[in-house]
Amino acid sequence: MTSNEKKQLQITACKVRMGVIESTYGAKAGHPGGSLSAAEVFTYLYFKEMNIDPKNPKWEDRDRFVLSKGHTAPGLYAALANRGFFPVEDLPTLRHIDSYLQGHPNMNTVPGVDMSTGSLGQGISTAVGMAMAAKYTGKTNRVYTLLGDGEIQEGQVWEACMSASHYKLDNLCVIVDNNGLQIDGNVADVLSPYPIVDKLVAFGFEVAAVDGHDLEALEAAFEQAKTVKGKPFAIVMNTVKGKGVSFMENDAGWHGKAPNDAEYEQAMNELKAQLAELEA
Amino acid sequence: MAEMKKVATRDSYGAALAELGAEHKDLVVLDADLAGATKTAVFKKAFPDRHFDFGIAEANMVSAAAGMSTAGLVPFASSFAMFAAGRAFEQVRNSIGYPHLNVKIGATHGGISVGEDGASHQCCEDFALMRSIPGMTVICPADDVEAKAAVKAAYEMNGPVYLRFGRLAVPVFHSEDYKFQIGKGEILKDGTDVAIIANGLLTYEAIQAGEILAEAGINAMIINMATIKPLDEELVLEAAKKCGKVITCEEHSVIGGLGEAVCSLLSEKLPTPVRRIGVNDEFGHSGPAVALLKQFGLCADHIVEVAKEFCGK
Ligand SMILES: Cc1ncc(C[n+]2csc(CCOP(=O)(O)OP(=O)(O)O)c2C)c(N)n1
Ligand SMILES: [Mg+2]
Repeated sequence: MTSNEKKQLQITACKVRMGVIESTYGAKAGHPGGSLSAAEVFTYLYFKEMNIDPKNPKWEDRDRFVLSKGHTAPGLYAALANRGFFPVEDLPTLRHIDSYLQGHPNMNTVPGVDMSTGSLGQGISTAVGMAMAAKYTGKTNRVYTLLGDGEIQEGQVWEACMSASHYKLDNLCVIVDNNGLQIDGNVADVLSPYPIVDKLVAFGFEVAAVDGHDLEALEAAFEQAKTVKGKPFAIVMNTVKGKGVSFMENDAGWHGKAPNDAEYEQAMNELKAQLAELEA
Repeated sequence: MAEMKKVATRDSYGAALAELGAEHKDLVVLDADLAGATKTAVFKKAFPDRHFDFGIAEANMVSAAAGMSTAGLVPFASSFAMFAAGRAFEQVRNSIGYPHLNVKIGATHGGISVGEDGASHQCCEDFALMRSIPGMTVICPADDVEAKAAVKAAYEMNGPVYLRFGRLAVPVFHSEDYKFQIGKGEILKDGTDVAIIANGLLTYEAIQAGEILAEAGINAMIINMATIKPLDEELVLEAAKKCGKVITCEEHSVIGGLGEAVCSLLSEKLPTPVRRIGVNDEFGHSGPAVALLKQFGLCADHIVEVAKEFCGK
């Protein structure tokens, strides 16, 4: 990507982070940590990688994205809103009674959401089904799915991985947000899923391990994915949970907690400063 | 009377899929290492490119079916009732039910007539589990003709459907011109003394019970209620009003199935005495299917006994 393009994506990622803070603050609940760690990948997918049309969210031939780690809906919603699927101003209605922005993604209420998720471990299976359907119907669209590093403790994830390689789903790209934290603490301490890359390789994937905050590294990985034939591709992204808001970084406490007034002020000030620097 | 032709409704499932598959390219069949037993092997043979085996991984199969349906396919996900409704309950609920996707679950080996495999495989809780999911249609056909018609009707309707089939060959009493409709019960015999509402293999037992009761001077109304949800409320109310007594019969726990659906309706709209025939809150065990059905009171003789006691005769 050109340096200008990279800058634009960085600016967008910063706006996605602001959307995460605005929405979780508005909701007085929600999951900022894992939304912030995935801000770059949400941005890259919706602003560069995926073949989609915000004016026609149900377009048949579109690429699909399944947020298997559905609790990080604030990150997905912020990306979708910034991409034009719905107004950014609606983000603070997250989780409000009668808002279409449900706590976890709902494909029937939120434009641009391709699958309802929230129960960890199921999203990747639905993505496998979508990729199989594309193959069967002869469509060339691609399917992407994002999982948490805690989520992959679910047995169903590995059932899905087995089926992805058995059916040679080279139209499927599985992304793991390796931010090292889940609710009860360090993923390594709760129940270690490591080594993630080796496990995915053993399950028949071609794998790229990248810095998930480095847009050029993400681009290289997504480009590599498209060259692989006959097997599924996985991107294991090393990230910082809470990335971009100093007091949220690397703290499991910010997994599922909304900022209070003072914290909101500070978080937004930090992000505004980052944005100003990028736009300078 | 000549011996009636007997067919297991799981065979009807496989045959109906193969027939429908010839007309509809969007119909795909999913299995979890049980294609031989669920009888989808017939479909697999005819349309190998449209049959997907997910191995012994029901959770993944059910969620993958949901994904396929979002791309316009009509997946029939097949396994034993125990694993389709039991093991994968939460996947059915969240991946299929909540987004209200067009997935059909073909669950074979329902009830205790599974026989020798015993309690681990005798699912008597599936109606309860599936009924509790908003928007889920739940059907348990009574014979070969109805089972085939139900598969076709499930394909034709848009939305999630749970279809329960049996392992045991049961009499085919419907004629080929029988018109099945989802959500509509069928009056097999009119009557005034007691209404017997049954589904699955208990329907034929109820028909027989009706004949025996007639000889004893009890005029029973016999209803086949293949669709447990949405329940044909109009017909249940009509039968209760006319007979004043209702007996429900199902190869399922008395908790959460047809009996409870009928009781819920009647207690709110037309309080009527009810007797529920089903599995009485216990697990099954190994044995030949027919002997088990007798032992558990899921047979014409027991229906007759209950009806006589109920009618004070
Ligand atoms: C099946 C299931 N079990 C438990 C939960 C509750 N839960 C929500 S988020 C979460 C932790 C997820 O951690 P991780 O996958 O690492 O996500 P991230 O760090 O990216 O937020 C848990 C246990 C759930 N949503 N689904
Ligand atoms: Mg994590």
